[in-house]
Amino acid sequence: MMNSIILNTTARLLLPWLLLLSLVILYRGHNLPGGGFIGGLAAASGFILYVLGPGIDKARQVLKIHPETLIGLGLLISMGSGLLGIIAGKSYMAGLWMTGFTLPLLGKVHLGTPLLFDIGVYLAVAGFTLLTLFALAEIKE
Amino acid sequence: MNTLTCILFILLLAGIAPQLQKLFGNKTGWVLAIGPILCFAWFLKLLPTISSGTAIEQSIDWFPQLGVALSFYVDGLSLLMALLISGIGSFILIYANGYLQGHPLQGKFYSYLMLFTASMLGIVTADNLIALFVFWELTSISSYLLIGFYHESGESRRKALQALLVTGFGGVALMAGFILLGLASESWSISELLNSDFSASNHTLYPAILTLILLGAFTKSAQWPFHFWLPNAMAAPAPVSAFLHSATMVKAGVFLLARLNPVLSDTLAWTLALTSFGLVTMLVGSINGLLQTDLKKILAYTTLSVLGILVMLLGLGTDLALKSCMVFLVGHALYKATLFMCAGSVDHETGVRDVTIVSGLRFAMPFTALAAGLAAFSKAGFPPFFGFLGKEYVYKTGMYLEDYSHIILGIAIVTNILLMALALKAGIHPFWGKENAKALPKNPHEAPLSMYIGPIILALTGLLFGLFPGSIVTPLISPAVHAVAGHPVEFTLAIWHGFNLPLLFSALTLIGGLVLYALRHRIWKITSTLSLNKWTFDNLYMGLFNGFVSVSKWQTQILQSGSLRRYLLIIFSTSGFLLAYKLSLFDGLPRQLDLFEARLLDWATVLFILGGICMIVKTHSRMTALLSLGLVGFGIAMVFILYGAPDLAITQILVETLIVVLFMLVIYRLPAFRDLSSNKTKFFDGIFAGTVGAIITLLVIKAQNLEIAPTVSGQFGEWSYTLAKGKNVVNVILVDFRALDTLGEITVLAIAGVGVFTLIRGQFTKKRKTK
Amino acid sequence: MNTLIAIVIGALAAGGVYCLLRRSLMKLIIGIALLSQSVNLIVFSAGGLKPASPPIIESDQQILQGNYADPLPQALVLTAIVIGFGLIAFSLALIHQTYRATGHDDIQSLKNTDT
Repeated sequence: MMNSIILNTTARLLLPWLLLLSLVILYRGHNLPGGGFIGGLAAASGFILYVLGPGIDKARQVLKIHPETLIGLGLLISMGSGLLGIIAGKSYMAGLWMTGFTLPLLGKVHLGTPLLFDIGVYLAVAGFTLLTLFALAEIKE
Repeated sequence: MNTLTCILFILLLAGIAPQLQKLFGNKTGWVLAIGPILCFAWFLKLLPTISSGTAIEQSIDWFPQLGVALSFYVDGLSLLMALLISGIGSFILIYANGYLQGHPLQGKFYSYLMLFTASMLGIVTADNLIALFVFWELTSISSYLLIGFYHESGESRRKALQALLVTGFGGVALMAGFILLGLASESWSISELLNSDFSASNHTLYPAILTLILLGAFTKSAQWPFHFWLPNAMAAPAPVSAFLHSATMVKAGVFLLARLNPVLSDTLAWTLALTSFGLVTMLVGSINGLLQTDLKKILAYTTLSVLGILVMLLGLGTDLALKSCMVFLVGHALYKATLFMCAGSVDHETGVRDVTIVSGLRFAMPFTALAAGLAAFSKAGFPPFFGFLGKEYVYKTGMYLEDYSHIILGIAIVTNILLMALALKAGIHPFWGKENAKALPKNPHEAPLSMYIGPIILALTGLLFGLFPGSIVTPLISPAVHAVAGHPVEFTLAIWHGFNLPLLFSALTLIGGLVLYALRHRIWKITSTLSLNKWTFDNLYMGLFNGFVSVSKWQTQILQSGSLRRYLLIIFSTSGFLLAYKLSLFDGLPRQLDLFEARLLDWATVLFILGGICMIVKTHSRMTALLSLGLVGFGIAMVFILYGAPDLAITQILVETLIVVLFMLVIYRLPAFRDLSSNKTKFFDGIFAGTVGAIITLLVIKAQNLEIAPTVSGQFGEWSYTLAKGKNVVNVILVDFRALDTLGEITVLAIAGVGVFTLIRGQFTKKRKTK
Repeated sequence: MNTLIAIVIGALAAGGVYCLLRRSLMKLIIGIALLSQSVNLIVFSAGGLKPASPPIIESDQQILQGNYADPLPQALVLTAIVIGFGLIAFSLALIHQTYRATGHDDIQSLKNTDT
């Protein structure tokens, strides 16, 4: 692809921050704009520069796991978060919540199955987007 | 044991028959016959209970919401039919054991046969209208498989399809009739229908119910003008003909009419329809039979004739007529099964079944000759065979009628004379007469035990029934007559009623029949010169069938031409037209449009989007098109921002970016845009697309001004934090309130991902690489 | 604004249909993209559009109050956008492989099923 030192370096530098940003979007989605769909897309977008700059092989190395695995994992987590409701004796997908506690930086934290579900959505969306991105970038003439 | 286990047991045997075939080889038929024999024994055990007037019921919920239950109801009529089906069915299986010996698909044949038996048992014992219909259709399907068993022959396939289409057409009508009947009576249960004093005849739906149910029954029981499929079904192997024509398939229609007799009869329409169609079928069958020389065809036409008699008797509807109907039905089942099996044996052992060639086989095939002779005498109506009794009762019924007695009696006598001659032709002529062994393709010899044991037993039963009608047959038939009539009918059958008019008619019939039989060679000579194949109902059917096929071919070629452009034009013009039509039905558009309330930013955004669309449509550069697409997407994101949807705006921007990137990855591997369409096409497409867009715009404006039901969003707004602990309502809807939907969405994404993966990285690419 | 949005929706649909009717595989997908934008906007504007604040509960509130946008169409459209993206991604892979297998990007020449 485009062999530009500037692009390569930018991509390398930006990626961790973009991923972190996507996680923040995911986490705060329950109370502010954001969430799993947006977070997942944002995470995958972080890799656009990486694919265009350092190249597809490098991008795969950085990702470490296959995007296919991410999709599967996401589905599994989403479905599993629903099952917790059944285990607790309620219906499938019933929301369960831990008691809130306070953490530095994040403030008051409420953890519950909807967040788990959203994490699944995040992974599935990110996985799908990366899969397509990689697949289309990888096509050889 | 109960009715359901009976049916399930036979179905189970049907399922494992091919495996059993491997296990038991050429004895499989005997083994499988145990199934129907056990059922027969069980039904026989019920006889005392049922004779005493109680019916046996069994019910399992099926679709409780719709009131459809898999319920069974065994009364006298069901029991009689079930005994015939299971009894004759077991002999048919044994017979098939010999008849299809060595056929590679014999195991499959057993499967079809058992499936058919089970569905017939289902028809006669079902208590629920819907369940009955399901079994009814199952017989259509399994008989299709049976009739077309010799599927290598195109003619055989055509005839099987014909039987399926004709009876299937009736089946659809029947279903509609049943549904109307169910609605009219507010019950789906046959036993409730029979035991309540409901009578459909004064319901407003009665004409429709009657027509539809009669269509179903008449097609199944091959009444004129739907009779043509039955002789054609002779393409089936002999065991199938023997079974379908004696106790089962064609009797299903008669059974249905008898079953619903208490509910539907006692109107003039019923009497007229059944009597007239029955009479026509009687005559058409017997006269056509006279012209045939093929053994199985002769028998098929006599079956038609008998079906006509049965339907006519049901139409007359007097107690005597119903009694005659049941007597005739039993007698016919016994001798017709026998005769068909014997005809099959003759065909099997000599290679011909043309009566002008086959003759004098009594020494070569003594047992078959014996069975055929006994059955033929019964069919011909000689005393003391059971057939005599049936005929006698028909005459008696005719005599005691109040109206049209002479006409009906006259037609009955003519038909019976013909039937008698045909009986002798089919059952006596091939075995007596001159020996003609040289003309036969095979050296004739006796069929194996499996192929004559059934006919002999059935034929002897006919004789036994005739000898002891009072003690053996009466207990069997009187509960059935009770069930058909809907009230108890006291009688004892006897063969000797003294010298009376029916006896005189019988004598007349005998003489007439014998004369016709003696003249048989002359008749055959005349018929061989006639060509009767031009104006038959079969040809009419074929004309309809071919017409149907060519119309569907024609419209398929128009609608499914393979051109995407044409598909799109059809889809959009159809839906556009329908939408515009619906729109015009409402009282037009609102007077006031809010164009001038819009803010400057709104106008800017809208113009931005419209400009982008224009660019996409007009440009010849791929890059411009792509960037414009992105711009349009950003414009829409702007709309989302302006109207309080930040989540959407962010998603839209991210997606738009990704789309542009993905497009870029692909776009340079495809050729540049070329000017493929002529200006004329472009102009047309522009007008077309503009019209579609205008319709949608008008629709949206109209929709915006309609009163809408209150939205559930208020509820979501209240619950979002209090119940689901989230302040972003949109996100709470996605991950909590409607989480199952979202799970569905990401599953769709996952599937699309699998699609992309296999397309790009799957086998397709690998194959290419190896080239 | 409602009328303006209606016009935009119609224009998107018209542009989409026009692109679908072109013979290039690429334009086919652009057409699909435009049509799905159009449908997204129909759903979004279904409840009637008015300038409003996002459906997010104020930090000192328990329930959604005041002039806020309808959250339900937003949730529907959000998933629709992502699904539409999935569709386009898949179609891109599909047309690319179609072109590689057949050597054509002209839809008129793709009528045969046995290439």
